[in-house]
Amino acid sequence: MPRWLAHIIVVAVFASLIALAFSRVDYVWNWTGVWEYRQKFLQGFGVTVALSMASLVASTLIGIVAAVLLGSKNVMLEAVGRVYVELIRGTPLLVQLLLGFYVVASAVGLENRYVVGVLVLALFSGAYMAEIFRGGLAAIPQTQRDSARAIGLTPWQSLRLVILPQAVRLVLPAVAGQFVSLIKDSSLLSVIAVSEFTLAAQEVNSFTYSTLESYLPLAAGYLLLTLPLSALSRVLERRYRYEA
Amino acid sequence: MLLDVRNLVQCFGTTTVLDGLALQTGDVRALVLVGPSGGGKSTLLRILAGLDVPVAGSVAFDGEPLPRDEPALREYRRTVGTVFQAYNLFPHLTAMENLLLPLMHVHGLTDRDARARVREPLERFSLADHAHKRPAELSGGQKQRIAILRALVVQPKRLFLDEPTSALDPEMTAEVLEMIGELKDLGTQFVLVTHEMGFARRVADEVAFVGDGRVLANGSPGEVIDRSDVPRVRSFFARILS
Repeated sequence: MPRWLAHIIVVAVFASLIALAFSRVDYVWNWTGVWEYRQKFLQGFGVTVALSMASLVASTLIGIVAAVLLGSKNVMLEAVGRVYVELIRGTPLLVQLLLGFYVVASAVGLENRYVVGVLVLALFSGAYMAEIFRGGLAAIPQTQRDSARAIGLTPWQSLRLVILPQAVRLVLPAVAGQFVSLIKDSSLLSVIAVSEFTLAAQEVNSFTYSTLESYLPLAAGYLLLTLPLSALSRVLERRYRYEA
Repeated sequence: MLLDVRNLVQCFGTTTVLDGLALQTGDVRALVLVGPSGGGKSTLLRILAGLDVPVAGSVAFDGEPLPRDEPALREYRRTVGTVFQAYNLFPHLTAMENLLLPLMHVHGLTDRDARARVREPLERFSLADHAHKRPAELSGGQKQRIAILRALVVQPKRLFLDEPTSALDPEMTAEVLEMIGELKDLGTQFVLVTHEMGFARRVADEVAFVGDGRVLANGSPGEVIDRSDVPRVRSFFARILS
């Protein structure tokens, strides 16, 4: 049986079970009520996409810088990297958002909750990226660096031609996973009143009292963003494998 | 090549690996370094190949001393070739791309000239059919032979080989040793670290026994392997050749 068919069958069975459960419970669906708010959903979706893109780029850059710090022979630089990573990975994103917006941003006079949201999200994800990059670099055998030097490549050439191509292949699955997490974590920005997708669904729910009709499209919307990302990652992994 | 090593000292952290090592050879084509693990052979080879700078001491090939600063050392490395025990080849490139990389990015050849240069060596060593494959698709012996070719095609003054067969099974070991033997017949100069004593006897012009961070014996293969009067050296060969 082809794989796509198996996937569709499993999803169909799952959906039928849910539908069956609801038919038993006499739930009155109010899709028309929620449909009136489609503009709100779309706007929220757009904001989520924009926030996620910005945070993705920023967190990758932060991750690279932090990975360099972690690998540094300078004791102070390594300490900066290590403290950053441990603090961020050891506290919940929710806590970082609340502290970041209501305490730190207020203190420095940064009022734009969108900017603060993107910054906190980027710093959060960047810590995980740093560990992913560091692990990828460490997984490359030392002989590879020796071989590059033995041939007479400059450090920059070694990085460009030998080390980075291998590191990218090694970290690709983990980075894709981190991107997916980031898109989902952006839903937490709703707690500092950023008008993204999740907050939109919450507001529609409070207007219509139609909870399932508000939150099911929300889940579908996130899947619309995350599923293509996962599929793209699998395609890239297959293309860049070491076996032809 | 004439090798002149004086008073070589190398340390890693607090451990002294080379302890005032000295070695003067005749004008040899093939120098083989043997000795116990941890004795300093690979450390010595890395210094000779220009990969590490010793803490103290001097190295000169044919009267030319090895530089100590990295840019000059990099230039030196471009004139020699080095092959390690494993993981030589870059796994994200095909065998052919591995061969072309140093020619194009270090020695400035065009794609066409580089491919022209590697064609004959690939044919001669029966590797032409495997050139399009990635290292993951090659056997251990093929990988090592491609690695040797990659070191060869830049037309180096000499080759450095650090236990090139230690990670291979007997059949592949034979395949790689055969290639090294052929290279010697073709006139290539090399310094080889190996545990393959039979091969060392056949191919070496001189053998140096490296142990406890010094050269304990050096001379012709027969002198060092079969007839040494240094107790440490005698017991080493007695044990492994029995």
